[in-house]
Amino acid sequence: MDHLYYMDYDFEEWEGFERATWCREINVRSFLQHNHTPYDGDESFLTEPTQDTLDLWAQVMELTKEEIARGGVLDMDTDVVSTITSHGPGYLNKSKEKIVGLQTDKPFKRAFMPYGGIRMAEKACKDNGYTVDPKMSEFFSTHRKTHNAGVFDVYTPEMRACRSSHIITGLPDAYGRGRIIGDYRRVALYGVDCLIEDKLEQKEETRSAMYSNVIRQREEISEQIRALQELKKMAASYGYDISRPAKDVKEAIQWLYFGYLGAIKEQNGAAMSLGRTSTFLDIYAERDLKKGLYTEQEIQEMVDHFIMKLRMVKFARTPEYNQLFSGDPQWVTESIGGVAIDGRHLVSKMSYRYLHTLKNLGPSPEPNLTVLWSVHLPLPFKRYCAKVSIESSSVQYENDDMMRFTHGDDYAIACCVSSMRLGLEMQFFGARANLAKCLLYAINGGVDEISHKQVGPKFTPITADYLNYDEVMDKFDAMMRWLAEVYVNTLNIIHYMHDKYCYERLQMALHDKNVTRWFATGIAGLSVVADSLSAIKYAKVKVIRDETGLAVDYEVEGDFPKYGNDDDRVDNIARGIVHRFMEHIRKNHTYRDSIPTTSILTITSNVVYGKATGSTPDGRKKGEAFAPGANPMHRRDTHGAVASLASVAKLPFKDAKDGISNTFSIIPGALGKEDQIFCGDLDVDIDCGNGGCFSPTLFEGLDADANEV
Amino acid sequence: MDGYIHSIESFGTVDGPGVRLVVFCQGCPMRCQYCHNPDTWEMGKGTRMSAEEIMRLYERNKAFYSRGGITVTGGEPLLQPDFLLELFALAKARGVHTCIDTSGATYREGQSPYNEKLDRLMEMTDLVMLDIKHIDDAAHRELTGMPNGGVLAFAKYLEQRNVPLWVRHVVVPGITDEEAQLERLGRFIGSLKNLKALDVLPYHTMGTVKYQQMGIPYPLEGVEPMSKAGAELARKTIIAGIRAARGKN
Repeated sequence: MDHLYYMDYDFEEWEGFERATWCREINVRSFLQHNHTPYDGDESFLTEPTQDTLDLWAQVMELTKEEIARGGVLDMDTDVVSTITSHGPGYLNKSKEKIVGLQTDKPFKRAFMPYGGIRMAEKACKDNGYTVDPKMSEFFSTHRKTHNAGVFDVYTPEMRACRSSHIITGLPDAYGRGRIIGDYRRVALYGVDCLIEDKLEQKEETRSAMYSNVIRQREEISEQIRALQELKKMAASYGYDISRPAKDVKEAIQWLYFGYLGAIKEQNGAAMSLGRTSTFLDIYAERDLKKGLYTEQEIQEMVDHFIMKLRMVKFARTPEYNQLFSGDPQWVTESIGGVAIDGRHLVSKMSYRYLHTLKNLGPSPEPNLTVLWSVHLPLPFKRYCAKVSIESSSVQYENDDMMRFTHGDDYAIACCVSSMRLGLEMQFFGARANLAKCLLYAINGGVDEISHKQVGPKFTPITADYLNYDEVMDKFDAMMRWLAEVYVNTLNIIHYMHDKYCYERLQMALHDKNVTRWFATGIAGLSVVADSLSAIKYAKVKVIRDETGLAVDYEVEGDFPKYGNDDDRVDNIARGIVHRFMEHIRKNHTYRDSIPTTSILTITSNVVYGKATGSTPDGRKKGEAFAPGANPMHRRDTHGAVASLASVAKLPFKDAKDGISNTFSIIPGALGKEDQIFCGDLDVDIDCGNGGCFSPTLFEGLDADANEV
Repeated sequence: MDGYIHSIESFGTVDGPGVRLVVFCQGCPMRCQYCHNPDTWEMGKGTRMSAEEIMRLYERNKAFYSRGGITVTGGEPLLQPDFLLELFALAKARGVHTCIDTSGATYREGQSPYNEKLDRLMEMTDLVMLDIKHIDDAAHRELTGMPNGGVLAFAKYLEQRNVPLWVRHVVVPGITDEEAQLERLGRFIGSLKNLKALDVLPYHTMGTVKYQQMGIPYPLEGVEPMSKAGAELARKTIIAGIRAARGKN
């Protein structure tokens, strides 16, 4: 029987590609490994934007202006539920667009997506001056349950209390969880019919005893197949037949974008990332360049138009949501570069073309172009990255040398730091636990320092005037254990309901049948906790109580080691907290056999978390912002950038595999005398024995002729 | 032998080539009017650190410093030759690039135990950045409280020992930006065969905060920061002097 279901495809669109495993199974990585040519050259081949590109971008800028003038939203749907096929085709200017497709029928019109929660969808409209069609409201309140309604049916009073006191915060219980990356490259490489065939086979191969997980799997695969069929229809409305593989680079970009577009038509996720597409597309570009099918200019134009579309991704959101994330981010993260496990780097000309859009279209935070940095990347690419960073401040960097070890060489970043193998792994996004507040609960016996409500367990509070390190640590550990439990269980509910009522059917259709699921948790306030515990240990911390005896403020007497100065005394405290918290997380059951992990990540929401947290024993006052992610607290790192980075680097990645972020900004002057001269100098691996690097590189050298004689 | 250390900068990018661990030594004999680190003046204060401790700081983050090295500055690092001897011996044993950023104020010609130490130190020094405050002796006294004879002699001493030299010069409006003096400075350093680079630094007022904190009057109150263009012009003038000294026009 086996051979009947054993795929062995050949398409004329694959002409010129080296055949391998990828022809016998859905396996984009295999295609990449057998067909990618590492590019070691520099950026001199890049081309300027075409007139069409400039015209289209001017149109986008004009729309942006209008949108801002109207208070942040240009247009909204109120009576059409967004699905893959809900809208007819939409264009900026059909005659100029090389890559097409909009979320709705008009640019900048935000779609109506009620499956995450009808109340949130209503509020997003109301706050922007629109009203959802009452029939829609009625339907999604009475006849069709949403994710949000499901979650609140099940929450315990304790979970609700934790949520409203913000010790657990940012939970995706009323909005889409996001953080799932469909392997959109599959659409281009295989065509949708092939993917459907594979899914039909997967459905055929489920277990025959109908356990509830088997039933769920069969239903999910059916939904995935349905989504793929709708995707074909959507593409057909733009005049493209994506049932077959893409035949050239233009189609490959278009097919891939259609896949992504289908996903964002159905899901308003907290991070809708793109994956790792540039070097995949480069294989097509190289083939077409060799054939003389397209010129470099034409290919750059396609890329510019593609990236332009990604910059136009918009969702209907509430002001509170935007406040939490300090803006209106989509996290269309695209991972670029990195190194393969066979040692070859994965930089291609297309990697350059993607980064070059920051010049052709100007700087932009979206898509979130993320360089997977390795010491083994080619030097010209490193220089180019540094140059683009200096000019645009729009590039994110991640440590490929560290992630490749656990995630292989075909992973991508979702949101800011969450790494997952494309098509093989997905993540349950879990927001963050506020460990700074947890420390205050430990001191106050579970009573919230702001609301005065008993939120945590009624442990004995600390009554001494001065805090004792061992006593605080004992209580903090117990409180972390409690917090981890209620946190994980809250997330279990959320992801159960999201799967049930707001399932990412298209994104999961672009995954293998059996995926690894990461159960992501998160930590906020790490540096506050580390410094607080250091203050308690190495200085004296006096407790200030209000009339009810609740500890509401702290006076620090004396100095103490602060996280961010490469000082093991406090850095080990930070390291220990991450490890302990993760151990407590691991003790709990996690939904769908997912693997627990954590991140130390907040790029912007640290401000909101700080606002909801009382004064802390490190001297931080009530309401003051936390540091972002794993950053040291502002102005407390006094030994320079290397020491600050060294403190962060000590945090254990094995306990925080979902990522550790450090937000780093530096004035150009602090990077040396001349910015251009500095490009590439942050390389940390090049051996320097021959004296070549001892020549003055960072100063204005003498004129050559003046130095003669 | 401990050093008296004012502070450590782990990411130094302007005090020598590459990314460097910069050690700010405590104590200085000069009292430059534009000094932006008056808190490094007083001797015998600061944190005591051993050469081993500093090398440990370097080693634990050495990946960052692979194209850089260690720079000792201050304050005046050459006030602590024994400490520098220990530190640089450890550094050279590990192949680390060493650099001294100095005013040259401690140097006196002739034979002395101090100069013997200097001889040994220079054998382990890959680069000296010599900050010549003023080429004119009287103006130098006025600006720093000390004569410049020792400074210029130190430059000659380095030439004789063939120690690679970068000359630094801070341009202060109305004090060190006079064209004739800059040209004269250029002629002097142009005569030095070990000169590798010239680093002209525009005067800035970022140090005033420290004066306020320390409760001491700021000598250059009211003097405007030097513009980038002004510094570039000064640099050109000095280079013209260098060319003249080397018989090139």
